Amino acid sequence: MLSGATIEVSNLTKRYGSVEALRGVSFAVNEGEVFGLLGPNGAGKTSTVEILEGLRAQDSGTVSVCGLDPQTSGVEFKYVIGAALQSTALPDTMRVQEALELFGSFYPKHRGAPELLKRFGLEEKRNAFYSQLSGGQKQRLALAMALVNDPRVVFLDEPTAGLDPQVRREIYDIIEELKKEKKTILITTHYIEEAERLCDRVAIVDHGKVIALGTPRELKQRSGAVTRITVRMAKPEVNGALGSLEGVTECRAQDEDYLLYSTRVPRTIVALVKHLEEQNNELVSLEISAPSLEDIFLELTGRRLRD
Amino acid sequence: MTKSRMRLAMRNRAFLFFSLVTPLAFLFGYGALARRYSPSAMPYLLAMVLALTIMGSFWGLSVQLVTFREQGILRRFRVTPVGSSAMLASSLISNYFLTLPTIVIEFYLSRSLFHMNGLGNLLSVFVLVTIGTVTFASLGLIVASVTNTMQETQIINQIIWFIFLFISGATIPFPKLPVLVQKFSVFLPATYLVSGLQRAMVDHTSVVDLGAYLASLVGCALIAFIIAAQLFRWEPESKAPRQAKLWAAAAVIPFILLGIWENFNGDLRRHAVKDMQSISEPYSLERIDH
Repeated sequence: MLSGATIEVSNLTKRYGSVEALRGVSFAVNEGEVFGLLGPNGAGKTSTVEILEGLRAQDSGTVSVCGLDPQTSGVEFKYVIGAALQSTALPDTMRVQEALELFGSFYPKHRGAPELLKRFGLEEKRNAFYSQLSGGQKQRLALAMALVNDPRVVFLDEPTAGLDPQVRREIYDIIEELKKEKKTILITTHYIEEAERLCDRVAIVDHGKVIALGTPRELKQRSGAVTRITVRMAKPEVNGALGSLEGVTECRAQDEDYLLYSTRVPRTIVALVKHLEEQNNELVSLEISAPSLEDIFLELTGRRLRD
Repeated sequence: MTKSRMRLAMRNRAFLFFSLVTPLAFLFGYGALARRYSPSAMPYLLAMVLALTIMGSFWGLSVQLVTFREQGILRRFRVTPVGSSAMLASSLISNYFLTLPTIVIEFYLSRSLFHMNGLGNLLSVFVLVTIGTVTFASLGLIVASVTNTMQETQIINQIIWFIFLFISGATIPFPKLPVLVQKFSVFLPATYLVSGLQRAMVDHTSVVDLGAYLASLVGCALIAFIIAAQLFRWEPESKAPRQAKLWAAAAVIPFILLGIWENFNGDLRRHAVKDMQSISEPYSLERIDH
């Protein structure tokens, strides 16, 4: 645990009835860092971030944000954080500019609505009712509201969930702008691309525990040097022999492709070519790629992130 | 936040219907009766309309708060420095300023269309309107704090509203109620609101002489507000504790005490009979030949 970190979480536990949502989560986030909690639905990401936001109390363990306890620090804590919740709802007949002005009025120092409208591309929608906004516009408004008090720490809980890829990339651009402002940002996500693109460090969470923590590069490097080979053949594999090729630790079918995870890529490729000749099959395409965070998750849990 | 709540209310058609159209419908109904049978009854009848307008705060605020909670709107506010007391206070204040225009319109129409004589004791009316609006709004907030779903809220609202409507004197004059019902009615906050407004409009009763009624309404409002703030829930899935409804019942303690006193003393009944008799023609559905 790093002392003096902006966010410190130590041995967090939380139970909902008979379900253990958090089973000893620990991590720290430094000032100006973008930290990701990556894991499937139900892993404990939202529970963790809601405890950090002060929305829930932990059963045991300690949390600290800017040296403050979210449960006992009162308004002083609320002044230093901003949050975009997993689902933000506003009254249907509230206008966009009114929402920013209202939430800004809760803080002694806040950014002006016109500045936020411009920054988050909502100027044309300033007088639109909340109910008239698209999903992407609502999410941009949620981000703008999270920044209205110019907080030190920003919590973004699944900021792009349910949005189409184009809109998701627009949100990524916004978050990358926030990175340049050196804000401390904690993002929860189940999107690999989001974690790899935005986060300085990532904690992979599953079943209420942090199972891996590090920079995306460090995490990939610890994968046991497993490389993914994506193979497409003219005829489908019939006898499942691909998984037995030299160096292959795992083989999966995905649409028309086969994903081979190999620790000895050159030998696997030679074995593959021989196998295809014996089967009178042809290689249509072959792609070699470094492992992704999803591969790390698979290696650690035996499951895919989206299962 | 108060300004924001008022703006949202003005954009809500249901609010405009129940807070403006419905009370005016009662006013026109009573006004037509007064005009046809007994014009001097208008102050007495207007008092009933004013009471109905004020009591509408009870329904509106409970529904709004539960809606905001169920839709997850309240939880976003929870991450801000706004506390539960501030949320509730803004509800009360915005509701008060939204109710006042309807009250003014009702007075204006009573004078201009139904030729009401005089305006009663305006200071007493103003104080009763102010305290009454806050009291019934607070009662609405307490209902929202002890119910878990909109369905439950609507059921409790309808039961309480039905009692307020028909047993307090707001629609059927208090002296016309069966004696047994009167004995129960004196335990209701609505009864003291109706009676107080009628005494202010008909007898021009002063604020001082309405002291017991006002004190009970103020006491009820304070207790209701404190309990509503304590029981306030931000999260859609959080449930009211089992003892919550018992705590909520504590809000009517002032009226339990007042009701016990009234059943022995009969002061409210005497005034109610006097106010009804003070109008030139008895309140009756039979037409008086002029």
